[in-house]
Amino acid sequence: MSYAKPRPRIDPLTAPFWENARRNILSLQVCTACGDKHLPPSPVCPKCLSSDQDWRPASGGGVLEAYGEFHRAYWNGFADDLPYSSAIVRLDEGPLMATNLVGETSAAKVGAKVRVVFDVVADDLTLPRFELTGD
Amino acid sequence: MASGDLIRDRVSVVGVGNTPYGSFPETDEYGLAAHAFRNALEDSGLQKSQIDGLLVCRIPSYVRMGEVLGLDPGWTMTLPGHGRMAGMAIVEAAMALVTGQAKYVALMYANIGRSRRINYGGDEIPSFWDPWGFTSPGGAHAMMFRRHMDLYGTTTRQLAEVSVAFRHHACLNPDAVMKKPITIEDHEAARRIVAPLGLLDYCLINDGAVCIILTMKDRARDCRKAPVNIIGVGARDEYRESNISLYATDCRYAAVKEAGAVAYRMAGVGPPDIDAFMCYDNFSPTVLFTLEGLGFCPRGEAGRFVENGTLKLGGQLPTNTDGGHLSNSYMQGWALNIEAVRQLRGEAGARQVPDCNVVQYAQATPCTRSIIYTRA
Repeated sequence: MSYAKPRPRIDPLTAPFWENARRNILSLQVCTACGDKHLPPSPVCPKCLSSDQDWRPASGGGVLEAYGEFHRAYWNGFADDLPYSSAIVRLDEGPLMATNLVGETSAAKVGAKVRVVFDVVADDLTLPRFELTGD
Repeated sequence: MASGDLIRDRVSVVGVGNTPYGSFPETDEYGLAAHAFRNALEDSGLQKSQIDGLLVCRIPSYVRMGEVLGLDPGWTMTLPGHGRMAGMAIVEAAMALVTGQAKYVALMYANIGRSRRINYGGDEIPSFWDPWGFTSPGGAHAMMFRRHMDLYGTTTRQLAEVSVAFRHHACLNPDAVMKKPITIEDHEAARRIVAPLGLLDYCLINDGAVCIILTMKDRARDCRKAPVNIIGVGARDEYRESNISLYATDCRYAAVKEAGAVAYRMAGVGPPDIDAFMCYDNFSPTVLFTLEGLGFCPRGEAGRFVENGTLKLGGQLPTNTDGGHLSNSYMQGWALNIEAVRQLRGEAGARQVPDCNVVQYAQATPCTRSIIYTRA
């Protein structure tokens, strides 16, 4: 069956993130000059402006910044999922990610610890999502 | 000297105008803006030939706009249709005046988003986060309000006070789109869009236009009506952590605090002096965040502050007396600025704030601005 939800826009900057995700690795762009870690990727380091950027695995841990539920489908592909979970996670390395909360979510609370899980949503697409650790 | 100090009490609003608000598929941005310009020009008593500065916002071509209006100005600026340009536009036009680049600037904003069926989400505003289904300004504000709920105990019933107060004002405003009173229960029962926010937390999407004419205070005396003076402006832009569009971890507390402090210092007033407050209300939570940043209440206490009609006419801080974006018109800050002028002139009719001497406008957005107006 064809995948009806929005796909990532793959370009030279973002391709490593999605390639890593397919291998169950959550990754961040890291500045090889100053060590700053950022997401989404940037053509230069937003901190020191170096062009020398690499990708490194993130720890996969983070903290729940915020969470909610979409009751409206801005893309038709989400219509059958309504309402669906949405969340913002602050990764342990610092950057924010918009994502989905999966698994048991009734204990969701701003500040709760989360960890990454990988959902294969299409043959060629894996989405890093997050679940509560219960800690 | 901060550059903003060049503006302090030197620039006046001498003309304001707007179109009706609603759905006007038969026209376009130019037709709407021309209508608002005609009304503002009439309001000012100026001749069209005196307008030598043109600022357009959310209007595709400044050239076409000038052609439609028959203007060859000495200063032109164009700003995109982002919901944060009103405050920036007014400050930039004021700077053009104080630096002698123009004598009379007409600023115009037009929005035909309803007729064009703008959705404010999905493929219209592509982002890195689309594969997760995260999109829309409302999504970002739902997330910020959830933080406020969990961190400070704020409730959706408290949030309802914002929507209920503004709808009450819209019912007193002949121009407003929404005319049916609502209750806290209506707010609670409304369908969710991105929970915890529901339909009555979202701004309208409607067509319309607004025009504002500014000049130097010393020229303003020659205009038809008593001028309204700009006595304070403040700014703080935030781009460093903008990867989730419109989301700010601190609900823009620091930026609003800083922009507000600068505006208050320049104007020589503080929150207790504000007779009416015009607050950018793309979504109802933004009002709570702005009240905290400006110091109308302590951080985290805006929910309690707005209870029992604080923001209503007759309350402690009459806010968005035209009905705001939630119930008057989605003019992205522009209509709030002309409402500030009308309140200070005493032209607000059934929604007039008595003894209105100082009005503050604030937009808590990635480009936070505040403008403080007073009667001459």
